[in-house]
Amino acid sequence: MKIYSKDKYIFSKGLDDYFSGVYKSYKFTLQFFKEVFKRPFHHRELVNQSFEVGLKSLALISLTGFIVGIVFTKQSRPSLEEFGAASWLPSLIGIALVKAMGPLVTGLICAGKIGSSIGAELGSMRVTEQIDAMEVSAINPFKYLVVTRILATSIMIPVLTLYCTCVGLYGSYLNVHSVETSSIVAYYQNAFSTIRFLDIFVSVIKSVVFGFTIGVVGCYKGFNASQGTRGVGKAANQAVVLSMFLIFVEEYVIVQVSNWIQYF
Amino acid sequence: MDKQKTKHTINKDESVILINGLYMSFDDLEVLKGIDFNLFKGENVAILGRSGSGKSVLIKIIVGLLKPDRGEVIVLNQHIDKLGGKKLDALRLHIGFSFQNSALYDSMNVYQNLAFPLTMNIKHLRKNEIRSAVEEVAEAVGLKDKLKQMPSDLSGGQRKRIGIARTLIMKPEIMLYDEPTSGLDPITSAEIIELINEVQQEFNTSSIIITHDLTCAKNTGNRISILLDGKFLKIGSFNEVFDTNDEEVRGFFNYNFIQ
Repeated sequence: MKIYSKDKYIFSKGLDDYFSGVYKSYKFTLQFFKEVFKRPFHHRELVNQSFEVGLKSLALISLTGFIVGIVFTKQSRPSLEEFGAASWLPSLIGIALVKAMGPLVTGLICAGKIGSSIGAELGSMRVTEQIDAMEVSAINPFKYLVVTRILATSIMIPVLTLYCTCVGLYGSYLNVHSVETSSIVAYYQNAFSTIRFLDIFVSVIKSVVFGFTIGVVGCYKGFNASQGTRGVGKAANQAVVLSMFLIFVEEYVIVQVSNWIQYF
Repeated sequence: MDKQKTKHTINKDESVILINGLYMSFDDLEVLKGIDFNLFKGENVAILGRSGSGKSVLIKIIVGLLKPDRGEVIVLNQHIDKLGGKKLDALRLHIGFSFQNSALYDSMNVYQNLAFPLTMNIKHLRKNEIRSAVEEVAEAVGLKDKLKQMPSDLSGGQRKRIGIARTLIMKPEIMLYDEPTSGLDPITSAEIIELINEVQQEFNTSSIIITHDLTCAKNTGNRISILLDGKFLKIGSFNEVFDTNDEEVRGFFNYNFIQ
C-alpha cells in the first residue's frame, strides 16, 4: 500500500478536482473537434439521434412556444396601450421572440429534456460496461456515441428554435386576433418589419452554441459517470444544471458581442 | 460441437499472452504487485481470487482498457500497453471479452447486438452474410430463437450466452471471461461452463477465465492460478494447486467449500 501523503494535492482536494475537471472537459471538447472530421462517419446513428433530439421534442417545444407567445402578448398589451402604442405589439413580440425568447426558451427546455436524457443514457452505458464493450470490440465509442449526439443537438436545436419562434408568433397572433381583427399575413409582416438579417443570424448562431453546449455537457457527464446507479442520476442532474448555467452565461456573452458588432 | 473436439490442441511452445512484472495501483491502493504470467496457445487458464484481488483489473489491462503502472504485457507478440489508435483496435479484433454483466447494448435487440461488431469493423458486408454470421454464433450458444428479443427480455444465463456469442462473431484467438458464472443458478452455471469448453474446442481459442467459483475453475481451466493480495500464489493443474500446504491457498479453498 502506498502511504497517504497530505502533499499529494497541489492546492486542496476540492480545488484540484475542480481544475482537473475543467481540464478534462476542455480535452473532451477538443477530442470532439479532432474526431468529427475523421472517418468513419456514422450517418445512420446521426439520423437516429437527430430524430431523438428533434422530432421527439416537437410536442414540448410547440406547447412551450405557443404559451410563451400568448402570455408575452397578454402581459405586454396593457403597457403598450397606456402609451397608445398597441400597434407596436407584433414588432415587440417579433423582436422578443426572435432575438431572445426563442433561442433561450428552446435552449432551456432542451437542456432539461435532451441534456438529462443524454447524461442518463451514456451514464447508464458507462456503469453497465457497454462503453467498454464497444471499446474492446475495436469500435470508437467517442466517435459513435459522443460525436453523433453533439452533432445532432447542434443541428436540431437551431431548427427547433426557429420552429419555437414561429409557433410563439402564432400564439401571439391568436391572442391579438381575439382582441382586434387582423390578418395573419399582416401580423407576421409587422412582426418581422423591425427584424434584420443580423438578428436572425445571431439567433441561429446562439442556438447552435446552446445545442453544442447541451450535447457536450450531457455527453461529458454521462461518458465519465461512475459509482453505479447513483452516478447515473448524478450525471443526468449535473448535465441539466451545468448546461442551463452555461446557456445563461453564453446568452449574456453573445448579446454583448452582437451589440458590439452592431455599433461598429 | 463434440465432433470437432479433435481440432483443439495446446501448444506449450507458443505463448499468446506474456506478462512480466506487472504493477497497477489506483490512487493509494496498489492492486497488482508484480504479476508474471503466460497463456499458451489453445489453453484455458482459470484465475481464482477473492473479490477486489485485482482479477478483473488484470484482464482489463490485457485487453488495453487500463494502462499498467509498470511491467510489460505482450499479447499475440505485441506490447498492448504501448499500442494506441488503429493498431490497438486491430489487435483487439483478435481478443474476445465477455463481461461480468454481459454488457449487452440495451437499445438494440439480440440480432443487432450480435451484428454490431461485425458491421462496424467489416465494411461492405451483404445483409445475408451478416445474417448467416449472426445465426451461426447464435446457434453455437443455443439461442437462435431469441434473435428478435431485447436484452431486457432475457434471463441472466441467456444474457451471458449472447455476450459470449457477440465476442465469437469476430472469431477471436483469445477469450477473456470475467466472472462467467456469477449470479447464476448451478444448472445455468454448468451450461455456461460447458459453453466455455465448447468454445475452446470449436474455435480453438486460448482463454482466461476470471472467477471465484471453484467448480467453474476446475471444469474450465487446463491450469488454475490463485490471485491473492495482488500476486499469484500458485499456478498449475487443479490437483497441483489443490494439494498444497500453503495456508492462504488452503484458506481460500476451505472458504469456498464452506460457502
